Amino acid sequence: MAKVTFKTDLCKGCGLCVAACPKGLLAIATEQINAKGYSPAVMTNEEKCIGCAFCATMCPDCVITVEK
Amino acid sequence: MAVVFEKPKTLADVPLHYCPGCPHGIIHRLVAEVMQELDIEGKTIGVAPVGCAVMAYDYFTCDMIEAAHGRAPAVATGIKRCRPENIVFTYQGDGDLASIGMAETVHSAARNENITVIFVNNAIYGMTGGQMAPTSLPGQVTQTSPYGRDVNHCGWPIRVSEMLATLEGPEFISRVAVNNVKNVNAAKKAIKKAFQNQIDGKGFSLVEVVSACPTNWGMTPQQALEWVESDMLPYYPIGVYKDRSAAKEEK
Repeated sequence: MAKVTFKTDLCKGCGLCVAACPKGLLAIATEQINAKGYSPAVMTNEEKCIGCAFCATMCPDCVITVEK
Repeated sequence: MAVVFEKPKTLADVPLHYCPGCPHGIIHRLVAEVMQELDIEGKTIGVAPVGCAVMAYDYFTCDMIEAAHGRAPAVATGIKRCRPENIVFTYQGDGDLASIGMAETVHSAARNENITVIFVNNAIYGMTGGQMAPTSLPGQVTQTSPYGRDVNHCGWPIRVSEMLATLEGPEFISRVAVNNVKNVNAAKKAIKKAFQNQIDGKGFSLVEVVSACPTNWGMTPQQALEWVESDMLPYYPIGVYKDRSAAKEEK
């Protein structure tokens, strides 16, 4: 299991990480709003994360830190 | 647990002003990661352009200077000639490098100035609101070509990498893209080589990064990256267009 942490307040909700995740584990949390007024990306199932860091590679705002 | 991925320390811990999904953020990070890996942050001087990346000096933690529109390679030439021990790079968009700054670009390449140029090509003027750029594709709808770019009227888009590769001067000319993970990783390798060439004193290195502009293309960020793959890359193929050192080794 890998650990993915989001600096939620930097997220602009572009969804590039959601599309990049090979396991489809990320989602845009439409019920949340961050400090910038966007709905941020969240991890839906950390148990299944393989720590490939594809999400962080595609994130334009360096929101995501991946540990394994 | 070991950290697999985190924000490079050479990128300031401030929110980027770019639109959601703008690949400028990815390209900034790649440049910052390369600076960190080569441990050259302390002696690097970056030259910011006019365009969306005009405030790049707020984001890179190395020394930065802002150039007049298109003149970044000329400013970088001056800095590098006065301070050859420093690493000098420019970060320019297509409206900056391929339009008003074309003369500076071509001549600094022809002189083989020992600088690194990061050229972000997203086929549109982003900061000013989406006007047609010299790199806009035939038929592309922009603010100033609402019926699509008519090549009989506006001419054909310029392939900067191919054009510069015909010059004897430059050391390394490469085109990469940031539309998927594989291409992002390849882009980082090319940018690293461009910086390493300068450290080794080899000369002018330019990396053209095919990027996207979701806001002005009127697409979602993911659609924009798909459009890069389907429409831009066929006109602007990825590849190494000139690598003098590698060509010499082959001989």
